[in-house]
Amino acid sequence: MPVASQQSYIRRALLEPEPPPVASGDVLALTRARLFGGVFNTALTLLGAVIVVALVWPTVKFLFIDAVWTGSSRLDCLPQTLGREVGACWPFIGAKFSQFMYGFYPASEQWRVDLTYALGAVLLVPLLIPSAPGKALNAVVFFGVFPVVAFFLLIGDAFGLPHVETRVWGGLLVTLVISFTGIIFSLPLGVLLALGRRSEFPVVRTACVIFIEFWRGVPLITVLFFATYMLPFFLPSDWRIDGLARVLVGVVLFAAAYMAEVVRGGLQAIPRGQFEGAMALGLGYWRMMALVILPQALRLVIPGIVNSFIALFKDTTLVLIVAIFDLLGQLRAAFADPSWATPVTLFTGFAFAGAIYFVGSFGMSRYALFVERRLNTGRLR
Amino acid sequence: MQMQRALAPPRVAIYNRPKFRAVFYQFALLAALVWLGYEFALNAKANLDAQKITSGFGFLENTAGFAVNQSLIPYNESDTYGRLFVVGLLNTLLVAGIGIVLATILGFAIGIARLSRNWLLARLAGGYVELIRNLPLLFQILFWYLAVLGTLPPPRQSISLFGEVFLNNRGIIVPAPAAGSGAGLVLAVFAASVAATLALRVWVRRLQVRTGRQMPLVWPCLALLIVPALIALIATGWPIRFEAPELRGFNFVGGIRLLPEFVALLVALTTYTAAFIAEIVRAGLLAVPRGQSEAASALGLRGGLTLRLIVLPQALRVIIPPLTNQYLNLTKNSSLAVAVGYPDLFAVFAGTTLHQTGQAIEIIAMTMAVYLAISLITSGLMNWYNAHIRIAER
Repeated sequence: MPVASQQSYIRRALLEPEPPPVASGDVLALTRARLFGGVFNTALTLLGAVIVVALVWPTVKFLFIDAVWTGSSRLDCLPQTLGREVGACWPFIGAKFSQFMYGFYPASEQWRVDLTYALGAVLLVPLLIPSAPGKALNAVVFFGVFPVVAFFLLIGDAFGLPHVETRVWGGLLVTLVISFTGIIFSLPLGVLLALGRRSEFPVVRTACVIFIEFWRGVPLITVLFFATYMLPFFLPSDWRIDGLARVLVGVVLFAAAYMAEVVRGGLQAIPRGQFEGAMALGLGYWRMMALVILPQALRLVIPGIVNSFIALFKDTTLVLIVAIFDLLGQLRAAFADPSWATPVTLFTGFAFAGAIYFVGSFGMSRYALFVERRLNTGRLR
Repeated sequence: MQMQRALAPPRVAIYNRPKFRAVFYQFALLAALVWLGYEFALNAKANLDAQKITSGFGFLENTAGFAVNQSLIPYNESDTYGRLFVVGLLNTLLVAGIGIVLATILGFAIGIARLSRNWLLARLAGGYVELIRNLPLLFQILFWYLAVLGTLPPPRQSISLFGEVFLNNRGIIVPAPAAGSGAGLVLAVFAASVAATLALRVWVRRLQVRTGRQMPLVWPCLALLIVPALIALIATGWPIRFEAPELRGFNFVGGIRLLPEFVALLVALTTYTAAFIAEIVRAGLLAVPRGQSEAASALGLRGGLTLRLIVLPQALRVIIPPLTNQYLNLTKNSSLAVAVGYPDLFAVFAGTTLHQTGQAIEIIAMTMAVYLAISLITSGLMNWYNAHIRIAER
């Protein structure tokens, strides 16, 4: 007897043939196979169905079916007054809408915020549509001119507009201001840091590595505390820095360190031949980077860059801990208002703010996917 | 003669020579940094003198004078700021440690569910990831704290789960383990069973390698773990029991009370990080070429074995570096405890202590140093591990 046949794990008989796979054209059969093929699969489907019924249905019921749509005070949202189960209390959002959007920005001046939003939207939309013309000019206006105009429009003291202190800014306005400032400053700073980290000068390299690793190693909230409480000690005592500006400094430094690592990933992916080719053409360092390397490197890391933007957008909520009232901060303040205290106020407020944050982040990530697919069309065969 | 002159290096002005430029630029940067540091130091000294704040770490010896609502080591109001620092650090490590374990379990489950052939389950897992990843963490912490835990009923109307666990607006009360006489014996028996199980595993594996015979492993192991411990428990008269909390008057007696702050922070950190871990796990599993699992099927391995012996070991090589990154993120994110008042390092030290003493520079530097040290140690270990598991190439 051969040695191999004594071993029990060798099969002695052929297996029965498997049944043929389900025809892929038959939608019903495919669905049945995907949902109810086998005992375990059926159990999973039932589990999923239970989760849907237990979570999704009550959410829909709360937000739409049982919701109160009109009213003027908390009494309209109480089950005692209505005599039925009460879902979301949308009049609460209506009453606090201005606070959520502008904070305590003076009502007579709120058109300035609206105008800034409108200007931003008008400039941003063609920038996002790939087929729209004049990308270079559009980008220069959006990233160069628009921030300056927005600054004076919001702060005032120019164009004959009265001054509005940043202390009264709040809500979505602050969220967007911090996100936008963080984005437009962290990208160039991050590119410089990434280049420094790959520099051949040891002093430059070391300085950049220390800078990047330091900011990446500490939580954002310590950075905000550093900017709010520690930074003033290091600056001349006659410098009065605005509270919002201090936070912006912290956010930009923090975001730049993360951006630098993303950009470095792109730089490392560029083959040596590109550098050598650029040098052979006689380009100096900055021209080589600006004309040959960075356009390729940045394109490679667009998903990473947008992910950093999304993280930044979400991280703006942390400023409420240093007493700057962004959207989440205003939401928390609104919860403390006794004239709107109902059992459903909290859930309504979180649903509203959550929808705004979700649309912002999800929109950005979907757009990144779209751009990535578009840029990859040449590579997909 | 003409040839040699052409080959001689061209004369370049000194400020155009690469070597000179390198030295000059680096020296300029160094000088600028030193000047900046010097200016900062001068300003800090002037500002501190003007506000009459004595710098230094002497304040750590002073009495803190405030209580914290959760402490792993004995602490009261008359203890020093130094001890408070340790209390906060331990609380941070507690929530981070538990969070990491739970987030890993949940994240792997959801990541695998996303790749499930069951359409409904895959969609649900995908929906979870998209929803959680696109909402700010602080938003989620506040949601759990204010909207979910904050609206629970007061202790007298607690929601009871099987009469053992109670949910109310002062936290979650779970049964506390209590050990009677003979508990040590039971634990010793259990430890011996664990050792025997491990030995059995090694023996079975060696047997398979030597002779090709396979032995069933799961049932003997389970029996080995449960039966001796059960016998010991009955023999000693069941000394280990869980004391269920009891409502007396307005509050609960017995049991362990988990603070609502702790629960909210833990739930939010776990679910948030799990969404990111799920994506990492999914990417890792997808990174293993299909041919690997097809080859495993061709060799006759079943689904579970294919996953355990073929796919996971290769996927882990991709999964572990970003996974560690998420662990670090979770640890750093635990500093958001300050928003709900869980006494972690940041809340008690950079929060309350900073406001009481005004020693901004020392306190923020110490807090940052702790997080930085955790980050650097972890990434150091990670680099070592990466070098260790790298596929050996010639």
